[in-house]
Amino acid sequence: MYTPLRLFITTALVAATCFFSLPASAQESGHDDHNKVAESVNKAEHEIEHNLEESEEKFNIGQMIMHHIADSHEWEFSHGVAIPLPVILYSADRGIEVFSSSNFHNDHHEYNGYHLVHGDSEKIVPVDEARVIYDFSITKNVASMMLSAIILVLIFTSIGKAYQNNKGKAPKGFQSAMEIVILFIRDDVVKPNVGPNYEKYLPYLLTLFFFILVNNILGLLPGAANVTGNIAVTMTLAVITFIIVHINANKHYYLHLVKPTGVPAPLLLIMIPVEIVGVFMKPFSLMVRLFANMTAGHIILLSLFGLIFIFQSMFIAPVISLFALFLNFIEIMVAFIQAFIFTLLSSMYIGSAIEDHHHADHGH
Amino acid sequence: MSLLTPNPGLIFWMLVVFLMVVFILAKFAWKPIIKGLKDRENEIQGALDLAERTKAEMIKLKSDNEKLIAEANAVRDRILRDAKEASDRMIAESKDRAVVEGQKMIDSARDTIRNEQHAAIAKMRKEVATLSLEIAEQVLHRELKDKESQEKLIADLASSARMN
Repeated sequence: MYTPLRLFITTALVAATCFFSLPASAQESGHDDHNKVAESVNKAEHEIEHNLEESEEKFNIGQMIMHHIADSHEWEFSHGVAIPLPVILYSADRGIEVFSSSNFHNDHHEYNGYHLVHGDSEKIVPVDEARVIYDFSITKNVASMMLSAIILVLIFTSIGKAYQNNKGKAPKGFQSAMEIVILFIRDDVVKPNVGPNYEKYLPYLLTLFFFILVNNILGLLPGAANVTGNIAVTMTLAVITFIIVHINANKHYYLHLVKPTGVPAPLLLIMIPVEIVGVFMKPFSLMVRLFANMTAGHIILLSLFGLIFIFQSMFIAPVISLFALFLNFIEIMVAFIQAFIFTLLSSMYIGSAIEDHHHADHGH
Repeated sequence: MSLLTPNPGLIFWMLVVFLMVVFILAKFAWKPIIKGLKDRENEIQGALDLAERTKAEMIKLKSDNEKLIAEANAVRDRILRDAKEASDRMIAESKDRAVVEGQKMIDSARDTIRNEQHAAIAKMRKEVATLSLEIAEQVLHRELKDKESQEKLIADLASSARMN
């Protein structure tokens, strides 16, 4: 397991170095004269900006928190220590453009006809406002997600191999540690809720659990991205569950929507809209629950740390650090619970749609 | 409220990354893991079933053995009894036969003795008759000579006849 990991890291580093150095040099040779002028103007602008910022820099806790939980075009570990990430833009007139985010120096710095604006969240805005661009950048969240994907693939393919190699033997080491979790998900979450045909959905639900769990835990590390606390991520997960449910749902499920049994005719006027809203409420609640829990946890922790900077006192720091430590433990618990709940509710949701019942139950 | 507006780029990457993870893990991780777990469960269940079956078989074998032993004992007893009866019968039969044989032998011996006796008697009679005749002949021959010698001769003849 260690050798492929090391190999991967080496390859990734080499690839990253090539990737970030290439586009910059390619651009420079093209518009050499234009760039030189623009660069000097940008430099002067940047200096003024920097001086201004330094003189009136004041701690803004709201901005700090938003900056930490929002997505970003660079991976900032601490102030000034950041890995630039690739920006990928698509526009109808220019096609796909790829360059490093280190090319943007500040909000007013123009590169290649774009500004990187730090508002509530970071946004790439074209100088020519008539143009429409689509931002497919590898942002901090995407990079973190890829990292967790690689972690998941390395861990579980090695465990899968262990099962093939240790056939007919007792599990050992990491394999048996993960087996407990896998068995818990299979026997206590998926099997009782999805029903007898659970095996078809098991790969998806297991992946769902471990993907959310790994991203939740990675998000707790200092300097890490807040992947599962991002509404786009939770929305995608909820929509995938929604699609799986509605592809596999049987006719009882659909019939129940338009003709709930045991409901008097006049009440149908209310019941049918309620049922239909319920269909969309389930994935919506999945999306909001995970997003809100993870974001709230991050906000609480960041607020606590922010207090240290607001009070600017030596004595408040240990107290707050202890409290933050306590909350961190709770957050670790929440990371597991939220992954578990998302998987549990997804399996209940799938189970209720494929359930083979001849008369509708009224237990909704 | 940028927190609540999903970014399309992130959705795109999320879909790509997540679906790839689902696909790769389903193929290279969950399949062997779930198969391995199921195989092991089947193995354990099989071993338990086998143990249960073996136990039942053992109990059956035990009762079978007991039955066999009881049967063997019964057979042995019968054989012994039969053998004893047979030997008793044989002894009795041979005794009877011996008695009969003995009797027969005694009878035949008796017959032989009787026959011999009869023959001897008949022979003696014949001898005596012959002797008597011879004596009578000699007596008649000597009658005329003297009376004394006649008597002596008769006594000799009689004693010699008795000796026979």
